[in-house]
Amino acid sequence: MAIFLNKASVVIVQGMTGSEGTKHTRRMLASGTKVVGGVTPGKGGQLVDIDGHQLPVFNTVAQAMSATGANTSVVFVPPKFAKAAVIDAIDAAMPLVVVITEGIPVHDAASFYAYSVAKGCTRIIGPNCPGLISPGESNVGIIPADITGAGPIGLVSKSGTLTYQMMYELGDIGFSTALGIGGDPVIGTTHIDALRAFQDDPQTRAIVMIGEIGGDAEERAAAFIAQYVTKPVVAYVAGFTAPEGKTMGHAGAIVSGSSGTAQAKKDALEAAGVKVGQTPSESAQLLRDILGR
Amino acid sequence: MDLFEYQARDLFEKHGVPVLAAAIATTPDQAEAAARAIGGKVVVKAQVKVGGRGKAGGVKLALDSASAREYASAILGMDIKGHQVRTVMIAPAAAIETEYYLAILLDRSHRRFLVMASVAGGMDIEEVARTAPEKLAKIPVSAVDGISVAKAKEIVAAANFPHDVADQVSDVLLKLWELFQSEDATLVEVNPLVKSTDGKIIALDGKITLDDNAQFRQPDHAALIDHAATNALEAAAAQKDLNYVKLDGQVGIIGNGAGLVMSTLDVVAYAGKKYGGVRPANFLDIGGGASAQVMADGLSIILGDIDVKSVFVNVFGGITSCEAVATGIVQALELLGPKATKPIVVRLDGNNVVAGRAILAKAAHPLIEQAQTMDGAAHRAAELAAK
Repeated sequence: MAIFLNKASVVIVQGMTGSEGTKHTRRMLASGTKVVGGVTPGKGGQLVDIDGHQLPVFNTVAQAMSATGANTSVVFVPPKFAKAAVIDAIDAAMPLVVVITEGIPVHDAASFYAYSVAKGCTRIIGPNCPGLISPGESNVGIIPADITGAGPIGLVSKSGTLTYQMMYELGDIGFSTALGIGGDPVIGTTHIDALRAFQDDPQTRAIVMIGEIGGDAEERAAAFIAQYVTKPVVAYVAGFTAPEGKTMGHAGAIVSGSSGTAQAKKDALEAAGVKVGQTPSESAQLLRDILGR
Repeated sequence: MDLFEYQARDLFEKHGVPVLAAAIATTPDQAEAAARAIGGKVVVKAQVKVGGRGKAGGVKLALDSASAREYASAILGMDIKGHQVRTVMIAPAAAIETEYYLAILLDRSHRRFLVMASVAGGMDIEEVARTAPEKLAKIPVSAVDGISVAKAKEIVAAANFPHDVADQVSDVLLKLWELFQSEDATLVEVNPLVKSTDGKIIALDGKITLDDNAQFRQPDHAALIDHAATNALEAAAAQKDLNYVKLDGQVGIIGNGAGLVMSTLDVVAYAGKKYGGVRPANFLDIGGGASAQVMADGLSIILGDIDVKSVFVNVFGGITSCEAVATGIVQALELLGPKATKPIVVRLDGNNVVAGRAILAKAAHPLIEQAQTMDGAAHRAAELAAK
């Protein structure tokens, strides 16, 4: 088992004919993901050869779904066209849409998120995220497949590279699913959504949660953990030294007051019984102690 | 990007939100001329992107153009909470009867928009929110439905605006929503929104935050960037498309991915406690899939920072190849030659790590030290910076 993504995931790539889309389609195929086609409006009917896989291109997600039986879409479309691409996927009632694209205006993200809630059929992960991997089953997005294998740890993170770092630190134990939810102000899947899914996933025995400054998602996750999560949770929070009011890359990583600071998040998580390390390695060690490995 | 008050005023005017006439001045002469052109009593307001300027003496009522000149001369150059005043705004003194509060913003927690409105304006709205939350109406706005005429009326009623101004406030709210959407704003705040003694609703002061991600469809916004506040190193980095923020410590930091770089700053500050409080000198994210050239550009910027005593390169290669990173480090050092004098601790892991480490080992540059772990590298970089 795993969360959101497994052996039964059949994947199409929105923006597959673009350079990023092609590059990562190749990597996803190489890691065993069932990629069955792509969507690029205006390029429907073409066949793209990626390392010997003949992948059909469709004009719309609905066409791609009916032709291929896809149940997952990954979006590499540039920011300018990303909203239209996600709306197309929601209109087709695509169950899972993973938005890798960085730099999508927040009005567009708020708009496609609200639309997905209104339609009620689509889970969005991202935007501005590395995607997710259920090692040995499927890999959707840009997470390297060779860092680690399957195991009992569930990982949810705002940051891409910290996801990789933590997978590497705990590579010998392995992961059920490692999920990057993205650091933008409006994201489709939150820490809480992932925590709930990991709590219900029989393969997952312990959970690592990585947060960073900005917003109050970690504080809300802490409240959720205190109430609903019985599996052990270890956390790491980045951004203790970030100066107030300065943006550090992620649009969401802005400290505008006392709420949203790394310290406030750490305090809230610890109050909920979550162990929080000072460095990624310390957090990894805390998890090892819990699992006895 | 946060805007100055005068820039917010201009955007209000552009979208039909009622504002007072105003002019900006960067010298006392200009301030005097602006005050004379406006005529009568004027307000001289420091233009800084920080709250509390009134208490700091950055807002003054001038009875005539000569005193406007004097106030401008005192305010220009003033330091308000670390922000230097380079511009003042001159506006006519309004005859105010009542002050209100009105804002539209992104509500991250609920992933939608929010209108906040209060008839208890004229004081610190955060204070109102804390001590009398019932006086601050908070009405969610769907990103799909937005604010219609009916919704605007509903909000105005919920906030208890008096009947005589309800239509005007509702109209202002619709115009603010139009601005919020069409300018890709994440915050539009009017504080205070006033009713003048002749019954008119005016946006007297405002804050606007624009979404940097929307620059591709907002060509006019480039002109709103405050280049004067940008540090010289930050400007040089921006020229090379590097995501760099100058900080006040001694260890130069380069990494890939915003989260890992933020974490690197923390780990260095944590390790630095042992070495007399050594701290990170900057944030620099070379991003995903960085080339050797990007790495070389980044290292050149950091080695050009006189505050930097040691450098910590922390890369976990996902898409980024450690081989490219190592090549970039070697190239940068060749390029800089004897100008490079600071020790560089490098920790590489992930994609192509064996090749990357081998390149650094082969180069055997006296300034480069390789470290096996992130925590170990942070300790070594802090130790070197403290020497």
